[in-house]
Amino acid sequence: MEGERRPLLEVRNIVKRFGGLVAVNRVSMEVYPGEVVGLLGDNGAGKSTLIKVISGVYRPDEGQIFFEGREVRITSPMDAIRLGIETIYQDLALAENLNVYSNIFLGREKLKKLFNLIPVLDHEYMMQESKKVLDRLGIEIPSLRNKIKTLSGGQRQSVAISRSIYWNAKLLIMDEPTAALGVTEQRKVLNLVKTLSAQGVAIIIISHQLYDVFQVAHRLVVLRRGEKVGERLTHETNPDEIVSLIVGAELVEGGQRG
Amino acid sequence: MERVMGGQKEWLYRLGRAWVAFFLLGEIVVFSIIGTGFFSARNFQNILVAATTILLLAAGETFVIITGGIDLSVGFVMGLACVVSAKIMVMLQAASVSQGLSILLGCASALLFGLLPGLVNGALVAKLRVPPFIATFGMYGVAYGLSEILCNNVPISGLPPLVGFIGNGYLLYYLPGKALTFFSPPQGIGRADIRAMIPLFPNVFVFSIIAVAIFGFILARTQFGQHIYAIGGNIDAARRAGIPVEKHLIRVYMISSFFAAMGGVMYTLRFVTGRADAGAARMLDSVVAVVIGGASLYGGTGSMVGSIIGTLIIAMLETGMVNLGLPTYNKYVYVGIILVLAVLVDQFFPEFVRKGE
Amino acid sequence: MSRTQVIARVGRNWVILFLFLLCVIFSFTGRGFLSLKTLNNILLTSSPALLLAAGETFVIITGGIDLSVGFVRGLISVISAIVIRDLYALGYSPYFAIFCGIVVGVLLGFLPGLVNGILVARFRVPPFIATLGMYGIANGLALRYSKGFPITFLPDEVGEIGNGFFFYLLPGRLFTVFEKPLGLTEAEARNLVGIVPYATVIAFALLFVFGFVLSKTQFGQHIYAIGGNIDAARRAGIPVEKHLIRVYVISSLFAAFSGVLSTLIFSIGTHTQFAASLELFAIAAVVIGGASLMGGKGNILGTALGVFVLSVLEVGFLMSGILPFYRYIAVGAILVFAVVIDQLFPEIVYD
Ligand SMILES: Nc1ncnc2c1ncn2[C@@H]1O[C@H](COP(=O)(O)OP(=O)(O)OP(=O)(O)O)[C@@H](O)[C@H]1O
Ligand SMILES: [Mg+2]
Repeated sequence: MEGERRPLLEVRNIVKRFGGLVAVNRVSMEVYPGEVVGLLGDNGAGKSTLIKVISGVYRPDEGQIFFEGREVRITSPMDAIRLGIETIYQDLALAENLNVYSNIFLGREKLKKLFNLIPVLDHEYMMQESKKVLDRLGIEIPSLRNKIKTLSGGQRQSVAISRSIYWNAKLLIMDEPTAALGVTEQRKVLNLVKTLSAQGVAIIIISHQLYDVFQVAHRLVVLRRGEKVGERLTHETNPDEIVSLIVGAELVEGGQRG
Repeated sequence: MERVMGGQKEWLYRLGRAWVAFFLLGEIVVFSIIGTGFFSARNFQNILVAATTILLLAAGETFVIITGGIDLSVGFVMGLACVVSAKIMVMLQAASVSQGLSILLGCASALLFGLLPGLVNGALVAKLRVPPFIATFGMYGVAYGLSEILCNNVPISGLPPLVGFIGNGYLLYYLPGKALTFFSPPQGIGRADIRAMIPLFPNVFVFSIIAVAIFGFILARTQFGQHIYAIGGNIDAARRAGIPVEKHLIRVYMISSFFAAMGGVMYTLRFVTGRADAGAARMLDSVVAVVIGGASLYGGTGSMVGSIIGTLIIAMLETGMVNLGLPTYNKYVYVGIILVLAVLVDQFFPEFVRKGE
Repeated sequence: MSRTQVIARVGRNWVILFLFLLCVIFSFTGRGFLSLKTLNNILLTSSPALLLAAGETFVIITGGIDLSVGFVRGLISVISAIVIRDLYALGYSPYFAIFCGIVVGVLLGFLPGLVNGILVARFRVPPFIATLGMYGIANGLALRYSKGFPITFLPDEVGEIGNGFFFYLLPGRLFTVFEKPLGLTEAEARNLVGIVPYATVIAFALLFVFGFVLSKTQFGQHIYAIGGNIDAARRAGIPVEKHLIRVYVISSLFAAFSGVLSTLIFSIGTHTQFAASLELFAIAAVVIGGASLMGGKGNILGTALGVFVLSVLEVGFLMSGILPFYRYIAVGAILVFAVVIDQLFPEIVYD
C-alpha cells in the first residue's frame, strides 16, 4: 500500500561515527504517513543513535535526510520540531511540578489580555484544548489540573504523546516507550500508537519487546552493529526470523563467529 | 579511569588539575617579593596557625560535599564546642580539679558532644530525607541559640592559664647549637637566646594536621571513603550496589561536626576563651576552601589534599594582605573572585582537553 | 472534596494555622502583644525582610539559591545612604537627595544579579558558588564604602518618610491622614498610634506586582517549568538562559529595594557581618512558605507568610521576655519541621 505514496521521511546512507567507532553505518530507511515502523536491534546496535540523528540531537557524518520529499538539514532538536518531527525520550521531558495542560502547552502557553493590556496565562483555553486532544486519542486522566507528579507512568507517557500530537507532529519517534511500564499501561500506550497511526501520524518505535512491536508495527527494520541487516513487512515475517536477524543468523544456526 | 592522551594534551590536562597548586605557589612568591618578612619560618608557622580553623572545618566539609551535601552548621557547632569546652574547664577548675585534668576533660567532652549535631543532621538527611541545606541550616540556628544560652551571651573567661600555654605553644623549641626541647622553651636562657630561639611546629597545627591526615587517609584509601565518592556520584546506584547509604551519610555528618568541634576546642586553646561566634565567619570560608580545592557541590569529586591547598590559598591571602598593610575587606572581594574562577577553570579545562581529543 | 483532598489541603496550608497559633499563644504570654502598635511594629520591621525573601523566592523556584542578597542589601543600604548624606551636605534639598539615593540604589541593584545570572546561566557555575562569590564581593565593597561604620547624619526627612504612616489615630480624640497631628502634649504623643506604615505599603505593592508576574504570566510559568525540569524546559523551546538571568536580576533588585527601604526606615546606612544571616533567614522564610530547594515549588504569598512567622516569633519572644537566642533554636526547628511536614502530606489530586 505504501508503494504508491511518497514517503514522509527518507534517510539515505546515514553514517555516524564516534571517534573510531561507527555507530551507524550507511543506513537507509523510509517511513510513510500513517505507518508504524519498528526499529529493532541488540544493545548497542545503533538504534538510538539513528533516531537522534533524525531528531537533530546528532549531526550525521554522511548521508541525506528527506522530509516530505525535500532534502532537509536538521541541526538541532528545534529544527526537527519545526518540521513536525517529535521525539519522546525515555525521560519524557515533562515538568513534574506542573499540571497536565501546562505540560501540553509548555513553552507555547496560550495568553490572554488582562484589562486589554497585560498578557496573562489563559488557563481555561489550555485546559479545554488539552481535553480535546486527550479525548481524540482516547486518553483518560482524572483531571487535567493534576500535577504530572501524581500520574502513573503510562499516563505520563500519554501526556508526552498528546503534547506532540497537539502541536501537529507528523512523525513521532518513540525510544523504548513501554520499557518502564506495567502490562496494562503497556497495552494502553500500544493502543494509542494504533490510534495515532489510524489518524495519519507516522511513527518510529524502538523496543526490545518483540511482542509489542509485532502488535503495532507495519514494517520492521533491523540493525546490527550499526548496519541495516534486514527489512520485513510484519505480516510476512515471524519473531523467529527477526530474532535471527537481530543476533546474527550464524549464531542461531549454531555456526561460529569470527 | 584510564585516559589515553598524547603528550601535549596530557600535559594540558595535568595543568588544568594542578592550577590551584600553582596559584598557591604564585601567592607565596608575590607576597614574599612585595611583603616584608613574609618569607620566614616564623611567618609561615603563623599562617598555619591562622589556617587551623578553616582547615578543620574544611576537612569535615570535604566529606559532606563529596556526598553531594553541604553542612552549614559547622561554624556554630564550632562555637558550641568552644563554649562547652571552656565552660567545663572553668567548672572543673572551680571544683579544684587539676589544670591538666580539667583541660583534658573539657576538650574530650566537647569533642564527644560535638558528635551530636552531626548525628542529628545525618539522621535528618538520611532517614527523613530533609535536604542537607535545610537540615544543617536548622542546626545552625539550634547550635547558635544553645551556645549563646550556655554562655549567657558573654564570652567565657577565667580558664586555667595552662590552656593558653598549650594553645600557643610549639612542639619543639630549637636554640641553634645549644638546645632542643619538647613542649616548653629551654629553662634558664638569656634574653638574646630567646630572640634566637626557633619554635617549631605549633601545637594546634600539629593536633589539627594529625586529625586531617587520618581522615584524609580514610577518604582516599578505605572502602568507606570509596563509598562516599560512590554516594556522591550516583546515590541510587550506590544503594542498588548494596552500599549502606544511610549509615554512611550519618557518619559523614558526624565527621563534619566532629571536625567543627575540634575547631572549637582549638579556638579555646588558642584564645583562652569560649565564644559562641568563634566560627561564625568561617563556615563559608571552609566551603570556599573545599570548592577551590576541586570539589563539586554536585558531589562525587573532591579530595583532602585539594581542600588543604584551598585552605592555604585563603589563609595566605589573609595574612599576606595584613602583611602588606592592605585593609582586610579586600580579602572578601578576592576570595569571592577566586572562588568563581576556581569553578570556571575546573569546568572549562577538562572540557577543553576533551574537545581536543 | 474527598477526605484525602481535605487532609492534603490542610497540610499544604499548615503555615497559616501555625501563624495563627503563634499569635494566640503570644497574646497570652506577651503583655500588650495583641495591639495595633505591635501589628504596626511587625509590619514595619518585616518589610525589608519581605522584600529580600520575595526576590529569593524567584531564585529558589528555579532550583537555585542566592546567597548574596544579605550583603547586596547591605551594600545598597550603605551606598544609598552615602548618596543622600553627601548630596544633602552639598546643599541640595533633602527630598532631591533622598530621591537620588533611592534611584542610585535601585539602579546599582541590577548589577550583582546580572553577574550572578550570567555566571549561572551562561557559564553553568552552580548558583551556590556564583552567589557565594558575589557575597564576598558585596561584603568587601560594602565594608570599603562604610569603613565598617554605619552611615549617619542623614536629613530628618529620611526618617519621616521611612517611619511615616498613612493614618494617625489618637484614640477617642483625633484622626489625621499623612501628617502627624500638631501640638500634642507629651502624654498624647505617647498614645498616638500610626496606622499602615508607608514602608509596608511599598513592600506590599512590590510583592503584589511580582506575585502577579509569578503566578499569572508566561514568564512566571516558565520559571516553574525551569525549576521542575530544566531539560524539558529547554526542549520545549523556553529561553532558559535569558529567564535565569532575569531571575537573578529580580533577586538582587529586591535586595536593593530592601537595602534602600532599610536606609529609609532606620535613617542610617548599615552593613554588618550580621547581614550574612539575613539571606539565611530569607531562605528559611521561603522554605517555610512552601518552596522546595529542589525547585519548581513556592509562591509569594507563602513566602510572605513565612516572613511573618519569623517576625511574629521575634516580636513575640521579645514581648514574652524570652531570651532572643531561643529564636534561633525555634527558627531552626520550624525550618526542619516545615520540610518534614511538606513530605508527609500528599499532593492534592483532583478527580
Ligand atoms: N555519545 C556517544 N559517544 C560515543 N559512543 C557512543 C555515543 N552514543 C552511542 N555510542 C556508541 O554507539 C553504539 C550504538 O549505540 P546506541 O545507543 O545507538 O545503541 P542502541 O541500539 O540504542 O542500544 P540500546 O538498545 O542498548 O539502547 C554503541 O556502541 C555506543 O557505545
Ligand atoms: Mg538506545
